[in-house]
Amino acid sequence: MYTQGLNAADKAPPAIEDAGRLGAFQARIDAEQKIEPNDWMPEAYRRTLIRQIAQHAHSEIVGMLPEGNWITRAPSLRRKAALLAKVQDEGGHGLYLYAAAETLGVARETLVEQLLSGGAKYSSIFNYPTLTWADIGAIGWLVDGAAIMNQIPLCRCSYGPYARAMIRVCKEESFHQRQGYEIMTVLARGTTAQRAMAQDALDRWWWPCLMMFGPPDGESQHSDASTRWKIKRFSNDELRQKFVDATVPQGHYLGLSFPDPALRFDEATSHWHYGAIDWDEFRAVLRGDGPCNRDRLAARNRAHENGAWVREAALAFAEKRRRKAAA
Amino acid sequence: MTLTPLWEVFVRSRNGLAHKHVGSLHAADATLALAAARDLFTRRNEAMSVWVVPSNAITASDPDDAAMLFEPAESKIYRHPSFYEVPDDVGHM
Repeated sequence: MYTQGLNAADKAPPAIEDAGRLGAFQARIDAEQKIEPNDWMPEAYRRTLIRQIAQHAHSEIVGMLPEGNWITRAPSLRRKAALLAKVQDEGGHGLYLYAAAETLGVARETLVEQLLSGGAKYSSIFNYPTLTWADIGAIGWLVDGAAIMNQIPLCRCSYGPYARAMIRVCKEESFHQRQGYEIMTVLARGTTAQRAMAQDALDRWWWPCLMMFGPPDGESQHSDASTRWKIKRFSNDELRQKFVDATVPQGHYLGLSFPDPALRFDEATSHWHYGAIDWDEFRAVLRGDGPCNRDRLAARNRAHENGAWVREAALAFAEKRRRKAAA
Repeated sequence: MTLTPLWEVFVRSRNGLAHKHVGSLHAADATLALAAARDLFTRRNEAMSVWVVPSNAITASDPDDAAMLFEPAESKIYRHPSFYEVPDDVGHM
């Protein structure tokens, strides 16, 4: 999902930790107790959470870019106000998440540096371009729909600050998916050209959205520990299936078709069966070779550099006032 | 790397309850912290009032002391009204 980069193995040497404390920690997790910032926790738990929450935060921040692309060209004031509010929400969600990561003892500035230098991962989905207005509908409906699928179980994650951030995010995000589907509905009921635009957006976003859930179960190297620690409640494939089952009828309702000839409803399992996902494309995008990777990082770096004087001036002014008050 | 101070944010909702901790943020000074808190935590009409407190001004109890501090209250059920028996005929008390 927003933390697909976790599927790479943790390279740090395992810490030597007291078996008694480890056992007591796991017992607390098993009893569904929340772990809080000052509680003792295994180093690997701390490291996994820092990486996961940071990747999640980076995804929110980079996720502002594809949609920001259409703010000035939204087709009406109503659409523009909604899109502005949505992009502002994504920025807020990034900040909630950086704050949750900081409770684990890492500075937000360090995490931002990692993103800007290209050392950190963010969700593969934000490396695809938004070519038409229909893409804004498809992102809200599909990308936010997939994100919500993933984030609802994270509200019950064992780490208190992450779970609380997710509760806020989920509460605010329910409008994102609805506004996207509304855009798709209007286009699907519009002129032939508008219908074609909606179909084209679905054709381009469908497979990248299925990739958002990460590699198939069995290839994911982080799942076991994350499941044991109750950071992850459902497997990648389980969440992907839930998303497909929820989304396919919504697409059919709009009279749109999915770009998957193998897609069919399986009466026996009551699930929608989908075709093979192109994992080579997924790995290429994660590696940095997607359609927009370089562009996204360049935009973030530009914004960070252009804002440097504001940060410096604010700190200098605070320091000046402190000195004045002390004198 | 510029490090800005950390602030804890408390919000009082419209229904008159006490200020409640909602999260934390970075800001150079108290004025900017308030402005950021308003943008970050009250976009949907959540607040009548906002407090920001420098995080390092908060003294917290040690989780290792939790048992010593809070367990004694568990055995003192006589501090709750339901511990006491009042005849049914007396009615609501």
